[in-house]
Amino acid sequence: LDYQHVQVPFEITLWIMLASLAKIGFHLYNKLPSVVPESCLLIFVGLIMGGIIYGLNDKSPPVMDSDIFFLYLLPPIVLDAGYFMPSRPFFENIGTILLYAVVGTIWNVFGIGFSLYGICQVKAFHLQDVSLLHNLLFGSLIAAVDPVAVLAVFEEIHVNEKLHILVFGESLLNDAVTVVLYKLFRSFCEMPAIKSMDVFAGVGKFFVVGLGGVLVGLTFGMTAAFTTRFTKDIRVIEPLFVFLYSYLSYLTAEMFHLSGIVAIIACAMGMKRYVEANISLKSHTTVKYFMKMWSSVSDTLIFIFLGVSTIGENHEWNWPYICFTVIFCLIWRALGVLVLTFFVNRFHVNSITSKDQFIIAYGGLRGAICFSLVFLLPDFRRKKLFIAATTVVILFTVFVQGMTIRPLVDLLAVKRKRESAPTVGEQIHIRFLDHLLAGIEDISGHWGQYYWKDKLEYFNSKYLQKILLREYDQPKSSIVLLYEKLERKHAIELAEAGQLGHAPSHPSLLNNDRTVITDKKLEDTLNPDVLENIQEILARNLYRIRRTGPAYNRHTLPGETEPVEHAKEILILRHKSL
Amino acid sequence: SVSHSQITRLYSRFTSLDKGENGTLSREDFQRIPELAINPLGDRIINAFFPEGEDQVNFRGFMRTLAHFRPIEDNEKGKDQNGPEPLNSRSNKLHFAFRLYDLDKDDKISRDELLQVLRMMVGVNISDEQLGSIADRTIQEADQDGDSAISFAEFVKVLEKVDVEQKMSIRFLH
Repeated sequence: LDYQHVQVPFEITLWIMLASLAKIGFHLYNKLPSVVPESCLLIFVGLIMGGIIYGLNDKSPPVMDSDIFFLYLLPPIVLDAGYFMPSRPFFENIGTILLYAVVGTIWNVFGIGFSLYGICQVKAFHLQDVSLLHNLLFGSLIAAVDPVAVLAVFEEIHVNEKLHILVFGESLLNDAVTVVLYKLFRSFCEMPAIKSMDVFAGVGKFFVVGLGGVLVGLTFGMTAAFTTRFTKDIRVIEPLFVFLYSYLSYLTAEMFHLSGIVAIIACAMGMKRYVEANISLKSHTTVKYFMKMWSSVSDTLIFIFLGVSTIGENHEWNWPYICFTVIFCLIWRALGVLVLTFFVNRFHVNSITSKDQFIIAYGGLRGAICFSLVFLLPDFRRKKLFIAATTVVILFTVFVQGMTIRPLVDLLAVKRKRESAPTVGEQIHIRFLDHLLAGIEDISGHWGQYYWKDKLEYFNSKYLQKILLREYDQPKSSIVLLYEKLERKHAIELAEAGQLGHAPSHPSLLNNDRTVITDKKLEDTLNPDVLENIQEILARNLYRIRRTGPAYNRHTLPGETEPVEHAKEILILRHKSL
Repeated sequence: SVSHSQITRLYSRFTSLDKGENGTLSREDFQRIPELAINPLGDRIINAFFPEGEDQVNFRGFMRTLAHFRPIEDNEKGKDQNGPEPLNSRSNKLHFAFRLYDLDKDDKISRDELLQVLRMMVGVNISDEQLGSIADRTIQEADQDGDSAISFAEFVKVLEKVDVEQKMSIRFLH
């Protein structure tokens, strides 16, 4: 029995196997994922595992190594998020996202840090030795909203595209701020005296970290695109380049103390367009599937490890501090969102409603990034206190906020009921007007953004496309381009299987004697059963307006969500009529 | 009327769409907008910009069509009863929508015209018979003069409870 020989890979594989089996287990019980988000269940499994290990070995179970988290578990998730990020809504809202990510995070850090310092002054809590700097350091790691947790929970609730992209974009970009502040305060802790020069250096460092990350990411992204230009004869390893270059951009950025997350996102978003044009369809599918698979596994492992690491003797349970941490996190986030939204709404006409604000504030979940950062802290007397507080905050946000956000959203979404149900005509005409307005808005464009977008498009078509794309065609009209893209796979399938316009009707939806309806006199068609059936048919089948659904979904590939299916149908219908 | 900054914005949008750089837009220029390609009413909306029988629209026409979608300002509501009705009045907004239904321009939405629009707006799982009964129901609800078609007045009446002013206004144009 040569266990030592295979121990490391064996244990890793066993953990991954456990994670995957747990996932299967949850989805077997259909009711469970709708009440309890998957992340909660995974932490729960982790808690059980941790308990078992603790019971067997009678010492603390292995704590999640920060290196493993930052180097191996986090990059796939961020890559998946960045690659499938819908770029149009992202760039449309980039100002708001940056505002929340940068200003919001700084606000939270200082708010939480100072309030906790205030709590520490109270003699009864025995916390006097926790200095202001330590509190600020703690604040910097606990304030950041975590993309993994946010993603996991926001899938359960169906918010509109704009809101989704705001919270999600914020959680991704606040990494730059978190990194700078964390390192800043940590170096301050070790310095005997702090001069104002150091503070300014910190501010400058923020820009370096953020912009540097973007630069590194874009460089690797462009190189990846350029490489795929030449892969025509070795299609089999094409997908590998996407992953290699993205991972390299992450590691390079981390090497230079820049923000790895921002780098990998910039890399993925930059290269996507050119790489997808260059690689074969099969490679494309491979890339998509592998990304989803890796990010899924990572995500599951992270939550399980979070659960495992909670058990053990790493904690110092000073309940006043912990409770106040949780309270302050909530309060400062709510305040921050309120104030920032107030400013945002004054400059943008598309205002963020109070329901949206609530979701943004309440959806600010903390996750594994905080957890890893707290373990990276230098060992000092109160480190265990911080670990305990972090654990509780994460568990609170994931369990309590994660589980209650759905019911709360539903509660808030209750509109004032109309006195009478809308008539069929109203329903149709209203949807007609919605589509009309969406079209007019797309034609008239949105204020200001087209300047930069057009400049970028110009730069793209004049220079980038010629270098990075293998075959460069003249731009065709959108409908032809999109149609060609779909034509290869789906259009043919749909045309063969669907026989558009002649689909068999569902006998249960209308009365059995369908033909009789058209013959019956007018009074008879006022039959409430018929009316209800029609309403039901319409509710289910009218195409939705583009912006009312989420554009990014963790567990399904981009080509398989419902809005995209509708889009394909619309395109095929229109192309037929051309 | 439209303010100076709005005109500038719309003009820069117009020029960015005008790939041929000849001061007018053709149908292809509109079709290049990707979101419009997957809008069920895309073709009809594009057609609404072009005057009868023409294939090019200049900036003036472009703006005129978009002017229907300006929000109605509060101070305009009671103002000028004797002058020409502004393009963005409730009645003119509804008339714009009505014209998208009414292709043969006989001031009536016939059953066929309604069927065409319905077919564009619903998925592939609805059979022709079901669609027919939905169209019949729609006409029957609205029809008051018994001609089995929806006239403009009947159309307006169906939508009297709907906040058309808000639904048909582009938010940034104010």
